Amino acid sequence: MNPLSIYLTDSATMLRRNLRHMRRYPMFFFIAGIPIVFLLLFVFVLGGTLGAGLGGVAGGRAEYVAYVIPGILLVTVSGGAQGTAISVAMDMTEGIVARFRTMSISRASFLSGHVLANVLQTMAAVAIVVVVALVIGFRPTTGPIEWLAAIGLLALSALALTWISVALGLVSKSVETASNLPMPLLLLPFFGSGFVPTASMPDPLRWFADNQPFTPIIETVRRLLLGGEISSTGLIAVAWCVAITLVGYLWARRLYDRDPAR
Amino acid sequence: MTGPATAPAIRAVGLRRSYGRLLVLDGIDIEVGAGTVFALLGPNGAGKTTTVNILSTLIPAHGGDVQVAGHDVRREPDAVRATIGVTGQFSAVDALLTGEENLILMADLRHLGKRAGRKRVAALLEQFDLLDAAKKPVQTYSGGMRRRLDLAMTLVGDPRIIFLDEPTAGLDPRSRRVMWQIVRDLVAGGVTIFLTTQYLEEADRLAGRIAVLDGGKIVAEGTPDELKRLVPGGHFRLEFADAADLDKAARAFADASRDDEALTLQVPSDGGVGSLRNLLDRLDKESIVVGGLSVQTPDLDDVFLSLTGHDGKQKAAAR
Repeated sequence: MNPLSIYLTDSATMLRRNLRHMRRYPMFFFIAGIPIVFLLLFVFVLGGTLGAGLGGVAGGRAEYVAYVIPGILLVTVSGGAQGTAISVAMDMTEGIVARFRTMSISRASFLSGHVLANVLQTMAAVAIVVVVALVIGFRPTTGPIEWLAAIGLLALSALALTWISVALGLVSKSVETASNLPMPLLLLPFFGSGFVPTASMPDPLRWFADNQPFTPIIETVRRLLLGGEISSTGLIAVAWCVAITLVGYLWARRLYDRDPAR
Repeated sequence: MTGPATAPAIRAVGLRRSYGRLLVLDGIDIEVGAGTVFALLGPNGAGKTTTVNILSTLIPAHGGDVQVAGHDVRREPDAVRATIGVTGQFSAVDALLTGEENLILMADLRHLGKRAGRKRVAALLEQFDLLDAAKKPVQTYSGGMRRRLDLAMTLVGDPRIIFLDEPTAGLDPRSRRVMWQIVRDLVAGGVTIFLTTQYLEEADRLAGRIAVLDGGKIVAEGTPDELKRLVPGGHFRLEFADAADLDKAARAFADASRDDEALTLQVPSDGGVGSLRNLLDRLDKESIVVGGLSVQTPDLDDVFLSLTGHDGKQKAAAR
């Protein structure tokens, strides 16, 4: 077998292993549940006031539902990624990883298995969040092509954030650290255009919000679901995802390949 | 197997490794013939696990050359990995999966194919007495069951060279015997085994050659018999009622070592019946009153006392 087919075969094996873990010890309830709580909180508790501040024609809660969904979807993606850091760190405390390292298998497959399983889990959570959004009155205005593109971009950002999270799991010396390190990922949608327009923020914060990776991703998803020009924003969003994936992958590979006994 | 048939299964020359400033392996040489059992004997902290980790490609050496199955561990780690199986000191099983799922995971990673893989897994479950527990999560397994599963996982790909790092540490006597029998069966099948142990008895029973590792150096190597000849650690232990008797006995046996606190005297001996008769005759002749007598056979402490001049356990604790 050539290296690529070994990588694919071994990654599929590791993916099955990780999916089994997920089925037996489900974190899915939290990964889908927490963004749904956020969604309900932001729409029904804060939505009336925040929606009025958007200054649209419809005004109030109905307009805010439409505004906040892309942000909530990104919170779902970051929250999902966070789980990988924990499961990778848990694996690293067990002897099984030493076994994998002394076997003639594709070295990256252990990491890829975690990533693929987590992207699948995150996208399942995204689907549930979307269903809840539709139930509480989210009415997307675009066609199936835009929907597919939005799902694709969310999957791409899940891939990017999950690779970063794998690296954070490997760099952590304990499972506790691994569960806290990815926390900033969960907060970034709030320091962007996820919940209120960046125009309403004070200047330095606004500069940060406009230029951090979550904002173009959220904006692109928003325009894909509700209409609007996406050309350059979409490119920037995809570029961020590719760059973060690459950094996360290379960082994780390097951490995994270092001498485990240093 | 690759390489000429006469080539050793494992060959290490001048192996060195340190952790930070602590030198753990200080240039050790190891040669293990194909199809033989080699035991690395030593106390905790001697560097046994480090040696296994280097030979099995888990960690790099800081010096020296290592070849396993004719392949350099640094340049061709994957060729080495394809030939070896490793059962480490700490259980390398996936506790969240069942026993059967663990074995299937190994079969898939060894690319055995679905049918051949399942067949091998079923055979191993039976061979290792794990059929009843096959569908239960490993978290519910006892220590002995985990160890058996661990070894079964190592055997899935029929490795020709197997590393066993303290395979019986923490096992009860029955599980230990089961493990010994498994090792013997493997050797009968032509597998090369490299094992580490703290127990002289275990090395004696299983290994064709034993190397004694201490303080990062190999201090003795040979067959079990050769090694035992180096170890005059067997002795008679005499107990006395008072110091006067102990004094008297100590004068009679000049080469004995005395313990004034315990009122005992250790008389070196091979532990045989002939020397016991001589000892009793001597005690009789000198009219020494002995409170108790026991026969001590050489153990690991004696190996270290005679080979290194210090007690293995104390050395380990001091590290």
